[in-house]
Amino acid sequence: MTDIASTNDIPVTDTPRDALVKKRYRAERRFKFYGIAAIVLTALFLSVVLLDVLFKGIPAFSEYRLDLKVVADQALLDPQKTGDRTTLLAGNYDKIIRDALAAQFPDVTTRADRRALNGLLSSGAADDFRRMVSNNPSLVGQELTVPVLLSDDADQFLKGYQTNEIVLKGTGTLTQTLNGDAYALRSSGDDFGKAFQEIQAFLFQRLDRLHTEIARLEKTLQGMEGDAAESLRGQVDTYKAEAETLNARISDANTAIELDDKLPSLLVNVNGGTIKATQISPAGVDGTKLITPKSAEPASPGSWSILTLVTPESNRRVQDQAATWLEQLKASGTIERGFATRFFTSGDSREPELAGIRGALIGTLWTLAVTLILCLPLGVGAAIYLEEFAPKNRLTEVIEININNLAAVPSIVFGLLGLAMFLNFFDLPRSAPLVGGLVLALLVMPTIIIASRAALRSVPPSIKEAALGVGASHQQAIFHHVLPLAMPGIMTGTIIGMAHALGETAPLLMIGMVAFIVDIPGGITDASTVLPVQIYLWSDLPEVAFQAKTAAAILVLLVFLFVMNAAAIMLRRRFERRW
Amino acid sequence: MTTAYFLILALLTVSWFLVGRQRASSIAGADPASLHSLPSYHGLFLAALICLPMILIFIVGAPLAERYIEARAFSGLDPATISDELGRSAVLRDIQSVLAGNYAGTATPELTTAASAYSSAASITSWLLLIAGIAAALVAAMFGFRLIGPEFRARNSVERLVKYILLACSAIAVLTTVGIVFSVVFETIQFFSKVNPIDFLFGLQWSPQTAIRADQVGSSGAFGIVPLVTGTLLITVIAIAVAGPLGLFAAIYMAEYASPRTRSIVKPILEILAGIPTVVLGFFAALTVAPFIRGSGESIGLSVSSESALAAGLVMGMMIIPFVSSLSDDVINAVPQSLRDGSYAMGATKSETIKKVILPAALPGIVSAFMLAISRAVGETMIVVMAAGLAANLTFNPLEAVTTFTVQIKTILVGDQEFDSAKTLSAFALGFVLFFFTLVLNFIALQIVKRYREQYD
Repeated sequence: MTDIASTNDIPVTDTPRDALVKKRYRAERRFKFYGIAAIVLTALFLSVVLLDVLFKGIPAFSEYRLDLKVVADQALLDPQKTGDRTTLLAGNYDKIIRDALAAQFPDVTTRADRRALNGLLSSGAADDFRRMVSNNPSLVGQELTVPVLLSDDADQFLKGYQTNEIVLKGTGTLTQTLNGDAYALRSSGDDFGKAFQEIQAFLFQRLDRLHTEIARLEKTLQGMEGDAAESLRGQVDTYKAEAETLNARISDANTAIELDDKLPSLLVNVNGGTIKATQISPAGVDGTKLITPKSAEPASPGSWSILTLVTPESNRRVQDQAATWLEQLKASGTIERGFATRFFTSGDSREPELAGIRGALIGTLWTLAVTLILCLPLGVGAAIYLEEFAPKNRLTEVIEININNLAAVPSIVFGLLGLAMFLNFFDLPRSAPLVGGLVLALLVMPTIIIASRAALRSVPPSIKEAALGVGASHQQAIFHHVLPLAMPGIMTGTIIGMAHALGETAPLLMIGMVAFIVDIPGGITDASTVLPVQIYLWSDLPEVAFQAKTAAAILVLLVFLFVMNAAAIMLRRRFERRW
Repeated sequence: MTTAYFLILALLTVSWFLVGRQRASSIAGADPASLHSLPSYHGLFLAALICLPMILIFIVGAPLAERYIEARAFSGLDPATISDELGRSAVLRDIQSVLAGNYAGTATPELTTAASAYSSAASITSWLLLIAGIAAALVAAMFGFRLIGPEFRARNSVERLVKYILLACSAIAVLTTVGIVFSVVFETIQFFSKVNPIDFLFGLQWSPQTAIRADQVGSSGAFGIVPLVTGTLLITVIAIAVAGPLGLFAAIYMAEYASPRTRSIVKPILEILAGIPTVVLGFFAALTVAPFIRGSGESIGLSVSSESALAAGLVMGMMIIPFVSSLSDDVINAVPQSLRDGSYAMGATKSETIKKVILPAALPGIVSAFMLAISRAVGETMIVVMAAGLAANLTFNPLEAVTTFTVQIKTILVGDQEFDSAKTLSAFALGFVLFFFTLVLNFIALQIVKRYREQYD
């Protein structure tokens, strides 16, 4: 340790000793602070990851359903009155549900409107109804209340992910004047003045944003030449024109503003109907009906309200008409929020609201079962051999170096091994838990061997020597005495290895476990997928609702990992022995 | 069929174990000590004699049987339909669906005869296999049964067998490496017969899509890995720039400053971070970090790609913090206390001791910790697959999209592949380079650690 000499050259200067000591202590504190900062940053990152996933995932555990009153019509479900299951399963449940929904909105008459109304429902909306009736044929012909699943867009809207809502209760008396199809609404209070100001503020904001954007583009334009500059200039011109029109619209504080689909939507709920504002002035709004009010009487203060959907209609997947229907259903108490059991009971689907993780969970279970059955005996066997029987020679050394290096080989390389060996050479089935389990077993075996060796080594030699002393053979001493005592350590290592296998994704992508599989796998040779791969697949999909599903699946995965690690820690605490 | 075979195997094994044990006890009679081995070892000996021949016959016989069955089934068919692998497997599928009774459409007479030939050959061979297996097992067992006696050293034979089995277990690790090497090397050699290795190693363009038609756009079939190397390097450098200081400072604090209480809180945090599946971190990188970086970049007037190297690198850096810190923690703890005491005795403060004594002494170990972390970052797949791009840009700008080895391997091999195209083979060549690189890195790192440990032991 020749370096020690260097500690001596702490600078000795003319400054008072105190100052130097202070400086050195400052350096000391700074250094310690760096350490704390590093740990705090790491902890912060971990909590941000977990909280981010938690907040994204929690909404996916609940879903919005309609509780619809329907009549299980004999003519549509079982016209021949056979009462058998196959016929009942093939019945036209969708029509019943759609008719029941349409009955709630007498306004809906045109085909386009009906299609929009049906768009609120999931494509699997009738599944629960079908299951109820086919399991209990005596329900045919009766009046029932069935849960009906909403589409993912409607669900997202109700969960508040599509737009913010502002509700203003009316303070004045509202009068309606019908002029052809157009409604003119006037309030005796200053309700519309407030709404008008909000819209104006929104327009000002947009104008501001336009101006900054124009300034930014013009800055980039300086010194630019050619086609790119040309197209950018075009962009600037469009923005400028837009800013011009915007300016004109808000130049006067009292002129009416046209409400287009790039502005927040104002919906006035009055007398059980909803009017969508197309033009607003401080005095009142003009608009069209989305749902016809039940009466044209003036509405008293507090009985009517203005609902503002802040996100402009053109940026929303749920349009104003559908939003109005959903609001009305919510107001009538038909919509309820419940726990999404479907998430745990169904397989994958292209429809976010129908997709579940059951298939992936079962696939994971099969895969891990194969992994455990293979790698536990093999790993423990190898550990016993290397720790107890291996002669000190070249071969043993090669095996040991090998195991240490295998533990650090990138997991995707194991995927290549699986693809080339198990799939192409041995012709095993693609996407099957069998192959996945094989690959993962090879992947985690080094972990288990290393942990098992440590566990075997920690058993004191006196135990083995005592056994040998009373006449046990070498193997009897190991299998009857050393191995049982090393078991808790081996189990802990195995659980940690399995937790590692549970989170592994990359090698399973290689062997085809990424296929879109709806069915629940029934065995180790069925095509299936596993939880982490399902997470990867969902994270790639464009629907916003799948983002929540992905996060929810991650939460399930993390819970499993947490349980496994907790079990390992418990085991260690419970059985760990200090000799 | 297979199930029945192994069921009978299990049944025979158990029954002959009991027979052997019973036989040994009855020979010993009232004086158990007259036997050399315990009765159960005699039982185990017979059980092994049953198992081994039956398993051997199955391993040898099953593939032979399958080949025979296929030959019989194909004998009546038009040679043209079964000229290649694809046709043969299609016909086999047809035959199986005919036998299962769910063939779509009506089967041609040829197919029906082939199916019946198939099923009769299958039943004949399965019976043959079963009979041969049982006969061999029984012969071996009868032979073993006659050996049972007071003098017979059953335990020694069984223990020798067990030892071989244990050796075989540890040989699996070697076989895995051999398997990996074989599976990548063969395809890589094939790849190099299509693409010049010089072009592969030094080419500046990566675009593995080979043109099927001459005039196809964007399918140059260029296989130069330089853009992949720079991409991987860029992301790894970012990751190490994050994980290096954070991991090292965390390790120093944990080893030198932290009280046992603090350690007991911080250690689990690092372990949890190490245990988070990379697919989760990939999700976080792609959906939270990347948009955040893009947003904040744009607010200060930078154009950031939505799949920037920075996002992937940052999250990957966070991922490898636990590796750096736990390995560095180990090596710092392994520095002998006497060095610290010597430094304190000279009047050095703690941080001066760490900077001028402990870190220089632990340097080899820390270097190897960094090497292991680098190899982990280079081989990491999910974070880059989800957060980094596919475009092979030759750039060192961390705000642009780059691609890495692992991303390309995954992209090429997921989905359908034809196994002789240069594109598919290139993935194996990439895998080979990746495997070789990480292997060398690990090997050197482990050797350094080993030598370092020996120095202070």
